[in-house]
Amino acid sequence: MMEYIIEMLNIRKEFPGIVANDNITLQVKPGEIHALLGENGAGKSTLMSVLFGLYQPEAGEIKVRGKKVNITNPNVANDLGIGMVHQHFKLVHNFTVTENIILGQEPTERGKINIKKAAKEIKELSQKYGLEVDPYAKIMDITVGMQQRVEILKMLYRNAEILIFDEPTAALTPQEITELIEIMKRLVKEGKSIILITHKLKEIKAVADRCTIIRRGKYIDTVDVKTTSEEKLASLMVGREVSFQVEKEDSNPGDVVLKITDLVVRDSRELKAVDGLNLEIRKGEILGIAGVDGNGQTELLEAIAGLRKVESGRIELMGKDITNLPVRNRTELGIGHIPQDRHKHGLILDFILSENMVLQTYYKHPYSKNGLLNNEAINKKAKELIEEFDVRSGQGIYTRTGAMSGGNQQKAIIAREVDRSPALLIAGQPTRGLDVGAIEFIHKKLVEERDKGRAILLISLELDEVMNISDRIAVIYEGRIVGVVDAKEATERQLGLMMAGSGPDMKEGDF
Amino acid sequence: MLKFVTDEKKQKFLVPLLSVLFGFLAGAVVMIITNINPLDGYKALIKGVLGNPRKFGEWIVSSTPLILTGLAVAFGFRTGLFNIGAEGQLIVGSFAAVAVGILIKAPKVIHLPLVLMAAALAGAFWAFIPGFLKARFRVHEVVVTIMLNYTALNLVNYAIKSLPGSSNTKTVAIQPTADLSSDFLSKITSYSRLHWGFVVSILMAVLFWYIIEKTTFGYELRAVGFNPDASEYAGMKVDRNIVLSMMISGAFAGLAGAMISIGTFDYARVIGSFEGYGFDGIAVALLGNNAGLGIVIAGFLFGALKAGSRAMALASVPKEIADIIMAFIVLFAAMNYGIKKLLVRLGKEAK
Repeated sequence: MMEYIIEMLNIRKEFPGIVANDNITLQVKPGEIHALLGENGAGKSTLMSVLFGLYQPEAGEIKVRGKKVNITNPNVANDLGIGMVHQHFKLVHNFTVTENIILGQEPTERGKINIKKAAKEIKELSQKYGLEVDPYAKIMDITVGMQQRVEILKMLYRNAEILIFDEPTAALTPQEITELIEIMKRLVKEGKSIILITHKLKEIKAVADRCTIIRRGKYIDTVDVKTTSEEKLASLMVGREVSFQVEKEDSNPGDVVLKITDLVVRDSRELKAVDGLNLEIRKGEILGIAGVDGNGQTELLEAIAGLRKVESGRIELMGKDITNLPVRNRTELGIGHIPQDRHKHGLILDFILSENMVLQTYYKHPYSKNGLLNNEAINKKAKELIEEFDVRSGQGIYTRTGAMSGGNQQKAIIAREVDRSPALLIAGQPTRGLDVGAIEFIHKKLVEERDKGRAILLISLELDEVMNISDRIAVIYEGRIVGVVDAKEATERQLGLMMAGSGPDMKEGDF
Repeated sequence: MLKFVTDEKKQKFLVPLLSVLFGFLAGAVVMIITNINPLDGYKALIKGVLGNPRKFGEWIVSSTPLILTGLAVAFGFRTGLFNIGAEGQLIVGSFAAVAVGILIKAPKVIHLPLVLMAAALAGAFWAFIPGFLKARFRVHEVVVTIMLNYTALNLVNYAIKSLPGSSNTKTVAIQPTADLSSDFLSKITSYSRLHWGFVVSILMAVLFWYIIEKTTFGYELRAVGFNPDASEYAGMKVDRNIVLSMMISGAFAGLAGAMISIGTFDYARVIGSFEGYGFDGIAVALLGNNAGLGIVIAGFLFGALKAGSRAMALASVPKEIADIIMAFIVLFAAMNYGIKKLLVRLGKEAK
């Protein structure tokens, strides 16, 4: 038996202004799950795109089953038995599962597609690997987790033996993640080999055999997962020790900064998403909002930021009624906002980085005078910020923001919002999709801002995150705060019960 | 040379240049197929543009409105709008200029600016309608502007006839104080129809560049165009900016109308169908990379093809050949991504 099914040796890939892969080697054994670990923007996706034939490397060679190959396009990769489940699925939404899977390889009889035959094959494949996919369901009617299984079936239908999963858990619920892990184990048992691209250490520990780590485009190490701790993996990935626990002093809360009284906000379907909510945040504290997704967090955040109309109730910022103020007035009164969806709200992806750094302040001195932009001042500010917040990009402040990695985009937003020194900083899922290094950095910044006397409202779906950096935790359920607890005394179990709707004082027996 | 080809900044200029070159090559192929010597064809074209001062003057005349409609369409593109209505805004603008030129009496220093302003305002108003509908009711501007093109055409044809003294085909001549034409310019170009409009169009290109690149206003309009959600998040007035973008775009097109009605002519004509300046503006904007200078250059190129096509016809080359070349240039300009890729590959193979 051959030792390696895939060998990528000394791969080098350059883009204008950046070396995305610098002498990277990746060797995958047949029948193993091999994790490819690296920070956002470390070069994982580039490396896999080289393997899949989307990019041509400047140097290095690729061997598949011991034979040197030249993968010039994805079709060559397919023929070699390499398949990829992309992070963003490539499915036709109003087609059925079967139609999507056979797309490009339709089995025909005298020019007519034989859907039934294909559907039968797909059903068999699905059963063999425990995927439980209905071949006749339409993509738009099935869950994200199911859609991902369709992508997996697509590869299996094409007889792929080497499966690449690009950040497969990013869009999945915890339940779906557990199921995906089972599926991956089953695939390997049936003789497939898997390359798993991820920056989530827990998943690597749960499923991978070996792990190759790359950092800033360079090869770092390949380790055996069983004998390597999560902390060790993290430090290899980031290049320094990473603490999972946020170190912070006790909070020293001052005056009330934000006071919300009996707030009612409707969602896009006109239902009451926030329904009589009361909340207070003080200077120098981080208030975390814990809750199951869809309990009014988004609407609350948008109402405070001024992006959503308030039906009734009152929002006060330092004693001033801001309930119906436009966004700009709120910004000027001292609200900073790290939005939940950085692509939708946080950045203008077609703008260069420097232009994005003054998104709320472009009309003010020194960035403009008499309606004319002062590019010198804008560039100077942008340079300061990317230095201070370690925002990495190909062409510095002139990089088109859309070309940057997610982690660096997020750092850019945080730099911009924190720099405006707002009295109140609203952070909506500030670390979603980021790697441990970036998460640690952002948590540290939030605590720093707190220590400078700012009030911080953190909304996150990750309970760990809320418990880790908040001083007080408010639990939201069906648009209301069901209780506020001291973070130091909160337990996961207690919070979990509250997130399901029971008050803080309830005993387990009451439930 | 190859470094030149692979440098991204230079590609911005190189790609449109290549589109033009390919367009002319494709035109040559068409001529060969139709049994015309391409050399003769292109000789006639060049002669038709630069053959004598008169032809040179006519070249500038036909380029002037194209530059302005190019600016109109490009302003839309840069701010996230697809203004297919430049044609209609142009028609409304051309009429407004003539109406003010006939009905109002004033000294030239007041009358001429007034007439130009009327054209710009009329174009802006015609564009306000789709802008408002988009901002308020999210109606797509393409649909509304296309419909308004027809509305403008027929409404203006009717309005022309209701001006005092109009015949069935045109209005009376505007007052001399409202006229853009110039005896001086006409004389030095052997009595072509050359008028001061080209100065207006170039000034407008400078204004376009200035607004888009230099002002906070342009920054806002671009931001709203690229990402309305993020602009709202940043505290910008999204709806207001959509309407304003559309109106400025329409103002450029309205001025283009004035270039024809009070520049090339001195009256407004009843026209049977669209003359295509607004649609050619899309091509000009595309080839000119939606930038002020690029649009001026592209406008002069398309103007040359328009003006030269008449001379080609005299040299028994069908004037449709010029249209075909224009179409090819647009086609290649629209394929700029492919041309870029080709350049990158060339650069790599040379390594």
